[in-house]
Amino acid sequence: MSARILLSLFFVLLSVLLAPLLNGVINRVKAIVAGRKGRPLLQLYYDLFKLMHKNPVYSHTSTWFFRAAPAAGLAATIFALCILPFGPFAALCSFPGDFLLLAGLFALVRFSLILAALDTGSAFEGMGAAREAMFSALAEPILLLSLVVLAYHAGDYSLSNMIGCLHPDLWAANRPFFVMIAIAFFLLLLPENCRIPVDDPNTHLELTMIHEVMILDHSGPDLAFLEYAASLKLWIFCMLISGVLMPSSLTALLAESPPVDGGPVIAFGDIVLATLHTLLPVFGIAVLVGLVESLMARLRLERVPQVLTLAACFAVFAALVLWR
Amino acid sequence: MTQEQKSRTRGGFFSAEGQGPANDSLQLRNGYAAPLDAIPVMGFSRFAHWLGTLAGEKSRSTEGPTCRVCAFFALPGPLLPWAESREQQPGGAQERSVSENGEASFTLLAVLADDAAGVLHLAATEVGDRYPSLTPRIPALHLFEREAHEKYGIVPEGHPWLKPLRFSRPGGPDVGFMDFYRVEGDEVHEVAVGPIHAGVIECGHFRFQCLGEEVMHLEISLGYHHRGMEALLAGGPHRATLPLLETAAGDNTIAHTWAYCTLVEAFAEQLPSPRGQLIRSLALELERLANHTGDLGALAGDVGFLSTLSYCGRLRGDWLNTSAMICGSRFGRGLLCPGGAAFDLDAQLVHSLKDKVAGTFRDVQGAVKLMWDSPSVMSRFTGIGIVPESVARSLGLVGPAARASGLDCDLRRSHPLSGLPMSPPPYKGRSGDVLSRAEARHEEIVNSAAFCSRLLERFLDDGGEEVQCAPFERPPFLKGRSISVALVEGWRGEVCHVGITDRGGRFAEYVVVDPSFHNWMGLAMALRGQQISDFPLCNKSFNLSYCGHDL
Repeated sequence: MSARILLSLFFVLLSVLLAPLLNGVINRVKAIVAGRKGRPLLQLYYDLFKLMHKNPVYSHTSTWFFRAAPAAGLAATIFALCILPFGPFAALCSFPGDFLLLAGLFALVRFSLILAALDTGSAFEGMGAAREAMFSALAEPILLLSLVVLAYHAGDYSLSNMIGCLHPDLWAANRPFFVMIAIAFFLLLLPENCRIPVDDPNTHLELTMIHEVMILDHSGPDLAFLEYAASLKLWIFCMLISGVLMPSSLTALLAESPPVDGGPVIAFGDIVLATLHTLLPVFGIAVLVGLVESLMARLRLERVPQVLTLAACFAVFAALVLWR
Repeated sequence: MTQEQKSRTRGGFFSAEGQGPANDSLQLRNGYAAPLDAIPVMGFSRFAHWLGTLAGEKSRSTEGPTCRVCAFFALPGPLLPWAESREQQPGGAQERSVSENGEASFTLLAVLADDAAGVLHLAATEVGDRYPSLTPRIPALHLFEREAHEKYGIVPEGHPWLKPLRFSRPGGPDVGFMDFYRVEGDEVHEVAVGPIHAGVIECGHFRFQCLGEEVMHLEISLGYHHRGMEALLAGGPHRATLPLLETAAGDNTIAHTWAYCTLVEAFAEQLPSPRGQLIRSLALELERLANHTGDLGALAGDVGFLSTLSYCGRLRGDWLNTSAMICGSRFGRGLLCPGGAAFDLDAQLVHSLKDKVAGTFRDVQGAVKLMWDSPSVMSRFTGIGIVPESVARSLGLVGPAARASGLDCDLRRSHPLSGLPMSPPPYKGRSGDVLSRAEARHEEIVNSAAFCSRLLERFLDDGGEEVQCAPFERPPFLKGRSISVALVEGWRGEVCHVGITDRGGRFAEYVVVDPSFHNWMGLAMALRGQQISDFPLCNKSFNLSYCGHDL
């Protein structure tokens, strides 16, 4: 196995390990703004550990699909992580058109979640599923549009080359384009990850929830899978934004080398630097999400499409900037 | 007996001799007692006319005062089982002949409040086990008639929605088992919420009929907290009476205990000590401040505005701790007792209370300003859960919810208890939406904090004298065969207690009407045509008590 693949594998593992920390950062920011001490940074890790040691409870009305959905969702999310480049480092598995697979995997996660929610037969979960289907139907085309525009810009159809190989000079030449795509991604991040102002991850009010209400009936390891998959999804969105916003001079080095064994040796220091260079914006975005949640109230559900429209506008304007 | 006390017994009630329905009834002032036989017992049709004229929908042609229904309840048997028979009274026999079966078996007693004149109107009628329902004419009687039906099996014929209310009948259906209103249609779906909710709140069941996200109808089924409080209170006052009423609705402790103390003082024909009355007033305002602050925070929390939620959560605790500084209980339990207050304030305590009130109020202003300054919060509150003034009036809403809809009702001004400074004019909302109800609370916080400071100044002024705040030394003797009504403006609205004493001065009947009893229907109406996801927000803007309704 080549060093490059090992390196990509290492970064997938790093992502898998660090993703739950994002929730900790968001919650800490919210706590600080509200004048509270807040829960521990590692709370989600504790929660996942606790849930993994519990026995799940299943309703008599649910079928095998209800049990399979969390695992399927988690597997699809981890696979999405494998086609995502980590900063300048190419993804573990990269091929032309993999950005379509990314959107497809998100759709698969959602599909299994919605179906599992409907499987319970609960009025709450049906309502949540309806809302999720409605909003994701609006969000998905915008995500695809943004990715297509990025692909057009890069002239390549794999994520690793679309967002992993941004040379600083190239970036500087098209600054408005990248900023607008990043904003579109950020506006998509909020509904896709059930954050305020679209959804409230902390609420206990079943009638207002979107994502949380769909997982009300899951328990034990199933719930842990869902929570974990949600944090991975947030991580993926943060990585997308980080990739668009942070060009790296290291990319030149990596891009020019053909993806075969025996490429040029990259210094260890450079790797560490590039890793920090990628992680910093990821956690920066988590802080930003925390600030948005602290300073804004939730929108009425009717108004959520307006947020998505805004995201669509940014994606379209980015395209116009490119084709001007 | 002092001159003031004498005037209290004499001037408290009067049966006017003039013409018109308003003059048919016994007129009583808040916190006074009248002998039972002063209550006119009308024939049913006359009673219905009287109620309809005073409390029904006003048409242009009708004249006379506009009254609200404070209480409406049934008593088994004729009104005076303990007193002389009313047959000797002129007119009594003819009027009674209305009853169909000839044998009257129940008495219906109505207490109406005329806010403009500051008097209460009382009248009774005797009915058999069926009578034509009054609810179609006076929607505010809806739950009262259901209550009487459930208690004694009296059937108000033509009642639009006659079902169990608290599921209190032995052998009746289990709590919550009833037919709900259903909207038919392929696309209509039903959402059932509760009785167990997510979060540390009481039990209650909500049944929504939805078309997509839109609520077409909401029906609320309560009764899970029925403790039989009124039955436990009958036969009192006894050692458990005060503790029972302190927990009638736990966040309304001061208002309920004050109403009880007022009843006892009215029956004992004594006035509470002026200083005790001031302490009660201070405690009531602190209760109001604590709950309104907590509610504003909870409203912010429901729209996901976390800063105000966190700050107000802490500040509510500060207000509660202020109550604890006076009597050691954060809810003011044990502070009030018949005659006055069980705890006095010394000068040092008054000074520290003043500092505490001023400091906490300043912080509350900051936390609430944060919310008012956020456009996202304002847009979320505006136009949600509207209760128009006409609906609020016909349902008989009370408290901040009624004021938010534009009703001018504040018992502290319209039916003041003795020896209290006048409170500032109440907030008058225009739109009756969530924003109005939030503004009403904020306005009352501002007014109450200023009022508290003024009260505390007064304590300092007469601090030099030796004024007794202390209660009666012995349990007072209560006047027998009397009725008294006590109204207290709690933070949630009108707390109404009606007591009827028997020959020996014990409570033969004790009726508690919590403000929630009036307002739950308002919440159901506010949800019509709203998004179901806005229900928690509307619910919080009313913040009604489950156990206050269920008793």
